[in-house]
Amino acid sequence: MSATTADSFTSSSTEPTAPTGRRDRRDKPQKWGNPFTYFIALLFIGVCIAPVLYIVIGGFRTNSQISTSPAGLPHPWIVGNYISVLKNVTFWGEFANSVIVALASTIGTTILGLMVSFVLARYDFKLKGAMYSLFAAGLMFPLVIAITPLYIVVKDLGLVDSLLGVIIPQIAFGLPTTVIILVPFLRAIPNEIEEAAAIDGASRLGFFFRMVIPLSLPGVVTVGILGFIGSWNNYVLPLYILNSTANYTLPLGVQQFSTEYSVDTAKVLAFTSLAMLPALIFFAIFEKKIVGGLTGAVKG
Amino acid sequence: MSNPLGTDTATGRQSQGTPGVGGAATAAAPASPRAAARRRGRAKMRLEIALLSGPAILMFLAFVIFPVALAAYYGFYRWHGYGAPTDWVGLNNYKLILKDPAFQQVLWHNGWILVLSLVIQGPLAIILALLLNQKIRGRSIIRILIFVPYVISEVIVGTGWSLMLQSNGAVNDLLAHIGLGSLQAEWLSSPKLALWTLMGIISWKYIGFAVILMLAGLQSIPDELFEAAAIDGASYWQMQRRITLPLLGPTIRIWAFLSIIGSLQLFDLVFIIWGPYVSSTAGTSTMAIYMVAQGRNAGNYGYGSAIAVVMFLISLIVALLYQRFVLRRDLQGAVTEGDK
Repeated sequence: MSATTADSFTSSSTEPTAPTGRRDRRDKPQKWGNPFTYFIALLFIGVCIAPVLYIVIGGFRTNSQISTSPAGLPHPWIVGNYISVLKNVTFWGEFANSVIVALASTIGTTILGLMVSFVLARYDFKLKGAMYSLFAAGLMFPLVIAITPLYIVVKDLGLVDSLLGVIIPQIAFGLPTTVIILVPFLRAIPNEIEEAAAIDGASRLGFFFRMVIPLSLPGVVTVGILGFIGSWNNYVLPLYILNSTANYTLPLGVQQFSTEYSVDTAKVLAFTSLAMLPALIFFAIFEKKIVGGLTGAVKG
Repeated sequence: MSNPLGTDTATGRQSQGTPGVGGAATAAAPASPRAAARRRGRAKMRLEIALLSGPAILMFLAFVIFPVALAAYYGFYRWHGYGAPTDWVGLNNYKLILKDPAFQQVLWHNGWILVLSLVIQGPLAIILALLLNQKIRGRSIIRILIFVPYVISEVIVGTGWSLMLQSNGAVNDLLAHIGLGSLQAEWLSSPKLALWTLMGIISWKYIGFAVILMLAGLQSIPDELFEAAAIDGASYWQMQRRITLPLLGPTIRIWAFLSIIGSLQLFDLVFIIWGPYVSSTAGTSTMAIYMVAQGRNAGNYGYGSAIAVVMFLISLIVALLYQRFVLRRDLQGAVTEGDK
């Protein structure tokens, strides 16, 4: 749900413009402002970050430390929990499953979405409006509502308990946001470029492969990041489709681990921190793109 | 989700037409057998459209539209998931839903979550965005840090918070340490508190998103307006009330829309922290939780599907009403004042 909210917001984007210019101008620090503002900002950051830090730091404690002083700091710092999780074959298996599912569904959504968005943006035909509305309406169907029949469809295809059974629906449910973000990007490519390509003898498909894909790269990156994080965090779909622990993705793994080792709180915290690390790193690297994309969306 | 917006912009653009695309292909063809070439061009264009959009459309129909339609179909049957449904009960499942006290209870919870999300997160996000929009240092770092809870998965948020909120967990311990021991509570298991605990966690997870949206909205307000108001002698608060809030309106309304739809369909966090639906501990259960309990856990797939349809209809009606009465202003504004 979370990711869809993020994505679908961007859907209201009309012309995704790079908002950096103005922001840079405003961001240029002139002077230190009001101390009260910093106080509130720090307080807010503290509230946002403290629980995350608790999970990460808790992984460095022992269970007896945690039970005697639940809110305390590690004393001494123990790396054993993290090491034992990093040596855990199950963790790496789930990690690999998550990577496979996230990469495959991100690539699938992006390619299929780019193709259909190109049609919606650059071709003129009767059913175009209906096709666009179809995908736009898809935003109203969250996975949870369709999950039971979806499970039955996947079962009939014999894909229950296989990663493919998660990847394919994930691609399908990712398409609406992808289409809605990419269509404006593709529309913004000037017609002159297409005409010039046509004069040079490129067919429309040639134009698509040689010009459209490189030119729409910023949009593709935004869509890809949102898709990756959405898939990495997805819970309901794997919960229904995957039965055997060998096929679990990390969200299921975290839950499984926390029930299995419910007495070993420190290890659960270490496992949880390591499971959230990839999404956080991914976000930190591409933060500008995501937040920039949202900014562009609101401005449009 | 914001399909009302999306669709409208699409049709809006369509009326402008897509100049040059169809024309370029025909213009490039030699003049004499123009009609034949055009026909050939048409056929080729159709083929290209089919090739490019076919896979996505098939995928979408098969795994999104078809399951949703299937849910609507199963909703008319009493069916336990084995073989094809045969026991047609018409609208009986829906009649049962209307009378089902458990459903009314979960619907009520969704209603509370919806209202409280708007009331808690909205004003807080606006105030925080106003504060953070001032010229202060480290704004980009602030922006990253407040977005972190939003990026972390629901499972991790749920697991982390349920550990912290246990009766002997970090929250109660912290309260004791700072001298507020009297505030210690059974955050998760107390039926009176559970819904408020859930609201706390929801606000924590999603407020960063709201603030980022509001910040983005604030940055689209031209500085000139504030400069002019300052020359006219307006105070800071007058400016916020007369300039910022009205111009932030569209952002607030879109955020509220997303928040409403999200509240109606809440599942993950509740399921992870409180587990599957149990009637005695249903203090936080939502419609989606009840649906899963009926469908997958109790095997009443027909009834579960009917609940899914009801959820969908409620979301759809809310979305349409919201679009009709609230968002319409923004859409009009987008068309008539777009150049400003």
